[in-house]
Amino acid sequence: MSVTEAGSVPVGKAPLEAGKPDTDSRPPARGLRGEAARRFFRNPMAIVGLVLIAIFVTVAILAPWIAPYSPKDNSWLSEVRPGVYPGPSAEHWLGIDPLGRDVFSRLVHGARQSLLIGVVSLTLGATAGVFLGLLAGAFGGWVDTVVMRFVDIMLSVPGLLFAIAVAAMLGQSLTSVMIAIAVVNVPIFARLLRGEMLGQRTADYVLAAKSLGISRAGIVFRHVLPNSFTPILVQGTLTLALAIVEAAGLAFLGLSGSDPSTPEWGRMLNDAQSTLAAAPMLAFYPGLAIVLAALGFTLVGESLREALDPKMRR
Amino acid sequence: MLRFVFRRLIQLVPILLGLSILLFAWVRALPGGPAQALLGQRATPEAVRDIEVQLGLDRPLWEQYLQFLWRAVRLDFGASLQTGQPVVDEMMRRFPATIELALCALLIAVAIGIPLGYLAARRHGTWVDHVVVSGSLLGVTVPIFFLAYLLKFVFAVQLGWLPTAGRADARARTEHPTGFYVLDGIITGDLGASWDAITHLILPALALASIPLAVIVRMTRASVLNVLNEDYVRTAEAKGLLAGTITRRHVLRNSMLPVTTVIGLQLGVLLAGAVLTETVFAFAGVGKFMADGIVERDFPTIQGFILVIAVIYVVVNMIVDLVYGLLDPRVRVS
Repeated sequence: MSVTEAGSVPVGKAPLEAGKPDTDSRPPARGLRGEAARRFFRNPMAIVGLVLIAIFVTVAILAPWIAPYSPKDNSWLSEVRPGVYPGPSAEHWLGIDPLGRDVFSRLVHGARQSLLIGVVSLTLGATAGVFLGLLAGAFGGWVDTVVMRFVDIMLSVPGLLFAIAVAAMLGQSLTSVMIAIAVVNVPIFARLLRGEMLGQRTADYVLAAKSLGISRAGIVFRHVLPNSFTPILVQGTLTLALAIVEAAGLAFLGLSGSDPSTPEWGRMLNDAQSTLAAAPMLAFYPGLAIVLAALGFTLVGESLREALDPKMRR
Repeated sequence: MLRFVFRRLIQLVPILLGLSILLFAWVRALPGGPAQALLGQRATPEAVRDIEVQLGLDRPLWEQYLQFLWRAVRLDFGASLQTGQPVVDEMMRRFPATIELALCALLIAVAIGIPLGYLAARRHGTWVDHVVVSGSLLGVTVPIFFLAYLLKFVFAVQLGWLPTAGRADARARTEHPTGFYVLDGIITGDLGASWDAITHLILPALALASIPLAVIVRMTRASVLNVLNEDYVRTAEAKGLLAGTITRRHVLRNSMLPVTTVIGLQLGVLLAGAVLTETVFAFAGVGKFMADGIVERDFPTIQGFILVIAVIYVVVNMIVDLVYGLLDPRVRVS
C-alpha cells in the first residue's frame, strides 16, 4: 500500500477501528490488468519508449509526406565531389550523400523499411513459434520431445549466424531478410509458450475446466492460450527491437533487398564506411535511428515485463 | 557426477546430428543447387555436371548425407571460393585472431559487468541503480557495428589515440609462432609487438563486449538482489558477521552461479558479433573472412564457419552445464 493510501485512513475513529479496511476510503477495485497498466504508465521508461515508438511508427507510415524528396532521387550529384559532401542546409536538412541523394529523405524512408521488416518477421516468427509451442505444450509426450529437440537444434546456432545462413540461402531480397529474421524468432516463441503451458497445466482454472468435461482443444484455445498472451506480448515487443537491429546487421553485411538504392539504415551505415573521415555524420544518422527505434521497443518491453511481474506488486 | 556428465554427452548427439541434417539441407537448397553455388559465375552446364559427379550429387540422398557427415567430421568443407585454399586451413589461420578478440571482449565484459551489477543491486532503487539499468538497456540495443563505428571515429580517427584497423602495425616485422599476437610478442621477447597488438584489440573488443557486458550486468544485479533477500543472508547479518564476510561467503558465492551460465552463453554472441566487429576494424579473423564470404557468396566458407561455431557453442554450453553441476549439486539431481 502506498503512503497516500495509508495516510488516507479517516481520522476521528476509535483507535481499534483505525487499522481495519475502510470500504469508503479504499481506491476503486482494479483487476490485475488495471493494476499492471497503472504501474506501466507510472514508469518514466515506459513513457519514453512509447514516445519513441510513436515517432518511429508515424514517420514510417507518413514517410512519403514527411520526406521532402524521393529517397532514390539523385538530382544533386553535381554538388558532390570526392571528399566533399554538402552538409545540412535549408534544402537538405541532413545534407547529401556521396551519390547525390537527400539524406533526410532516405532516413525517413528507411524507417518504413525497418518497421516493415520488423513487423512482418515478428508476425511470421511468433506465429510459427506459438504454433510449435502449442503442439509441444498441448500434446506432450513424443510430440513435445520432437518439437523441443528441433528447437534445441535451432538454438544451437547463434541468432545472427542463423539469419545469415537463411538469408544467403534465399538470395538477395526483402522477403528473404524477413524470413531469415522470422526463422530466428521461431524457437524463442516456441520455448516460451511451451513453458507457459506447462506452468498452467496444474492451474486451478485448467483443473476446473477439465472437471467440467471441456475438450483439450477447448481448454487450450479458450483458457491456456489467452492466459499466455502477456508473456508473448512482452517477448514480441523485445523481439521487434532485436529484429530492427538484426535487419540492420544483415543489410550491413550486404544481405538485404536486391535494389541497392532502396533506403535502409543498415546499408546506409555500411555505405558511409568509405567516407567515415570526410562525412562521419552519414554514418551517425542511420546508426542513431536504429538505436532510437530499437530502444523504444526495448523500453516498452522491459516496462511491460516489470509491470506484469507479480513480484513487483506492492 | 559421472552419470551426469554421460547424460549431457548423450544429449549432445541428437543436437549435432540435427544440425548436420540442417546444414546438409541448407547446401541442397542453395540457389541453383550446390554445384552451381560452388562454381558461381563460372557455371556452365558441363562444369555443373562435372562437379555433380565429382561431389557424388548423382547418388541417392542418404548416401550423399553420409558422405557429407564423414567429410564434416574430418572438417573437410572443400576449398574456399575466395582463395582456393581449403576452408579449414583458412579458418585455422584466422581463428587465433578471433579467439584473442573474443577473450579480450569477454574479459572486459566480466571485469566491468560483475562489479557494476553488484553495485547496482547494493544501491537498489537509487540513481546509481537507474543509471546502470538504463545503460545496460542501451547496451543491448546499440548495434555492434554502429558502436564500432563510433569508437573508431572518436578514438582512432578524431583523437588518434588508437589504431583504426588491423591487428598490428603494418610496418612491424615480428614472428608469429602461435597466431595470438599478444602471446607471440611475449614468447619472442618483443614486448613492443605485444603492446601494439593490445592497442589494436582495445576498440574492437570494447565494441564486441557491449552486449555481453549489458547481459552480465543485468544478470548479476538480478541474482545479487535475489540472494540479498535470502534468509541465510539475514541470519548472517543477525549473528553479527562482518559485512565483508557476508559479501564474500554468502552473497557473492551464491549469486555468481547463474552469472557463470550467462557468461558461457555469451560465447555465441561474441563469435557471431565478431563477423560485424571484425568487418568494421578490418581485423583479420574468421569473422572478417566470413563477412567477405557472404559478399563473395563463398558457400563452403559460410557452411564451415556455421558448423564450427555451432559445435563450439554447443560444447561450451555443455561445459558450462557441467561446471554448474559441479558448483551446485542440486542441478545434477534434476
